[in-house]
Amino acid sequence: MSELAIVSSSPHAHSGSSVQRIMLDVIIALVPAMAAATYAFGWDAIRLISACVLACVASEGVSRKWMGRDLGVEDLSAVITGILLAFNLPPSLPTWMAVVGSVFAIVICKQLFGGIGYNPFNPALAGRVMLLISFPVFMTTWSTWGIPAPLAVDAITTATPLGLVKTAIATTGELPFTFNGATALQLFVGNQNGCIGEVSAAALLLGGLYMLVRRCISWHIPVAYLGTVTLFSAILWLHHPQQNLNPGFHLLAGGLMLGAIFMATDMVTSPVTKRGMLVFGAGCGLLTMLVRKWGGYPEGVSFAILLMNAVTPLINRATRPRVFGAVKKKKA
Amino acid sequence: MGASTANFRAPGGIHPAYHKDLAAEQPIAEMPLPAMLVVSMSQHLGKPAEPTVKKGDTVLRGQVIGEAAGFISAAVHAPTSGTVKLVAAVATAAGPRATAITIVPDGEDTWVEGITPCPGWQTLDKKAIAEKIAAAGITGMGGAGFPTHVKVSPPPEAEIDTLILNGAECEPYLTADYRLMIEHAARIWEGALIIAKALEATTIRVAIEDNKPQAIAAMQDAIPAEAKDAQVVVLKTEYPQGAEKQQIFAITGREVPCGGLPLNVGIVVENVGTTLAVWEAVVNGLPLTERVTTVTGGPIATPGNVKARLGTSYADLVEFCGGTSGTISKIISGGPMMGFAQPDLACGTTKTTSGLLLLGPDAVQAYESMPCISCGRCVGVCPMKLMPNELSQFLEAEDYETAEAYNVMDCIECGCCAFECPAHRPLVQHMRRGKAQVMLIRRKQAS
Repeated sequence: MSELAIVSSSPHAHSGSSVQRIMLDVIIALVPAMAAATYAFGWDAIRLISACVLACVASEGVSRKWMGRDLGVEDLSAVITGILLAFNLPPSLPTWMAVVGSVFAIVICKQLFGGIGYNPFNPALAGRVMLLISFPVFMTTWSTWGIPAPLAVDAITTATPLGLVKTAIATTGELPFTFNGATALQLFVGNQNGCIGEVSAAALLLGGLYMLVRRCISWHIPVAYLGTVTLFSAILWLHHPQQNLNPGFHLLAGGLMLGAIFMATDMVTSPVTKRGMLVFGAGCGLLTMLVRKWGGYPEGVSFAILLMNAVTPLINRATRPRVFGAVKKKKA
Repeated sequence: MGASTANFRAPGGIHPAYHKDLAAEQPIAEMPLPAMLVVSMSQHLGKPAEPTVKKGDTVLRGQVIGEAAGFISAAVHAPTSGTVKLVAAVATAAGPRATAITIVPDGEDTWVEGITPCPGWQTLDKKAIAEKIAAAGITGMGGAGFPTHVKVSPPPEAEIDTLILNGAECEPYLTADYRLMIEHAARIWEGALIIAKALEATTIRVAIEDNKPQAIAAMQDAIPAEAKDAQVVVLKTEYPQGAEKQQIFAITGREVPCGGLPLNVGIVVENVGTTLAVWEAVVNGLPLTERVTTVTGGPIATPGNVKARLGTSYADLVEFCGGTSGTISKIISGGPMMGFAQPDLACGTTKTTSGLLLLGPDAVQAYESMPCISCGRCVGVCPMKLMPNELSQFLEAEDYETAEAYNVMDCIECGCCAFECPAHRPLVQHMRRGKAQVMLIRRKQAS
């Protein structure tokens, strides 16, 4: 043998997984929701998704180069941030605002913290919240696109279903519509107002299923999140059905499905232990319902997940598994 | 008694590609004496043996050429008759250098005098059994190489009730134990009875993964009538079912305490190959001078299970298996999960060489390591329930205190975490370095 063989530490086998492949799988899982967004909002969806993706990838590449990091954009994580940020924007938002949000998400929320793996907060959500605070009117203007009643009131004062409920309860003290099979179906397929990525629960669930099969996510966070929302809203509804819609509405309306399936499950910003994931999901659900019921905004998914992101290191520490063998020694 | 399935499920675990078909159906082939044998004095865990021969001496097969140096050590015997050509330090498969004795065989293969078979071992007491095992230089042949006579003489306060024979062979590619169970089931069982007698253990369990039905059947059929509570336990195929602590839990539900030994929970685990060596030592009076090694991997012309004398060079093993074809990217002493990569085929076999694996370019990939993305897969697969993600970050920052507090010393280096890591982080490498550093710090504090 003329050449020496490669010497490295064991193991000498690998599962074949890679960060890039995980990211690609998440992108594939986002396709149904992108299709639903395009069907619902047409050109606006394409405009916002491409603007955010291009801005995210470009700012990731440029900032990495500036900061002298050797990694490029090939891990695809910036593409996901772009799609998810776009998903959290109303269809009428001006392109330049979407670009500002993207640059903020990548440069401030991700690269300044150290790049992939080091960001404490979900960049897409941080970008959305920055836009919401900076441009509140633009971020809460919803276009009508032929949505049938009762989820659209009239052509001028359009709102999301959650917004309709919040306003009606605040002004008249009564629910604006009843939640029945027809409304549920309308919400499920995506015939509602809202951010471009959150309208179709069906498309999001399909993507979630794909990610479960591909092991990009585990069931713990979505189930704990959705379960807590169900439980919380059921208690409210049973207690006072005149002022609270039933759990079915809370599950299908707003950004919950998008948040529970795609945002709260972001690996970097959520716990690594299974028990931690359950705690994290439950916390997200609780905070979401607190905002929905008593907060100033009609929807609380973004805030809930960002707040839980902040406590992820604590959850990890508190849910450290008991080491195998951490039992009392009987005899020497 | 029928075969039972394992009652408990040890934490973690992975399902790598096994590639056992390469060598599984090849019966054990006895290799003729090579031109030279390089016998290491460091064949086991603990202190290396002290050479008792010098250059120019003639030796006979089975003659002691290295004496056990202390309690945790084992004797080394000449694998054949011949002349000592050299006594010098050479690199071991694990890396560090150790004294080795080079023997040029005379081709006669003459046994040393005084070999005393003892077919009626039932009359021996436990001390006599342990002495015979010590005299034969037997060490664990599955991996770590712990001296067997130490294992079979537990302190009197440890009440051993169960002997587990480890036939899991969970490392991919390796089939040596599999062949031993198929070809020598009855001898292995008798060896088990001998060890059980030394331990005064009443229960014997043979652990085999469910991907080895032939071995399960063979061991099942050979259960001796005189064994009171003996059973074959079928484990789910999963790496690392062969890891001692995990196997004990899977079969008995008992958890070996951190930093403790199986005897802390009343159990001794012996590899099936070791058990066969005990049979040879007690029944035939023969010291350990050879072992079966699986020689396999893509580049090997005819993979197989080779019975070769200790000290046979890897190059000779490969040649016996028809040589190689194509590029050799990696040479591994052992299996792919825990084996040691070698730069070349210069090393010689020892009592722990379970496999010699050659990998071609198709089975070897170079990766660029990325920052941890906190996917948590390593946490999920760790059979010790550690958090390799956090540990590797502490160790990268050389924070050994926190790493110790996060139980780095409990890492068994099985490789599940690094196998799963999508960011290709060298997790096991970090753990090894961390464990070595913590040991260093502990030693400094003690002195």
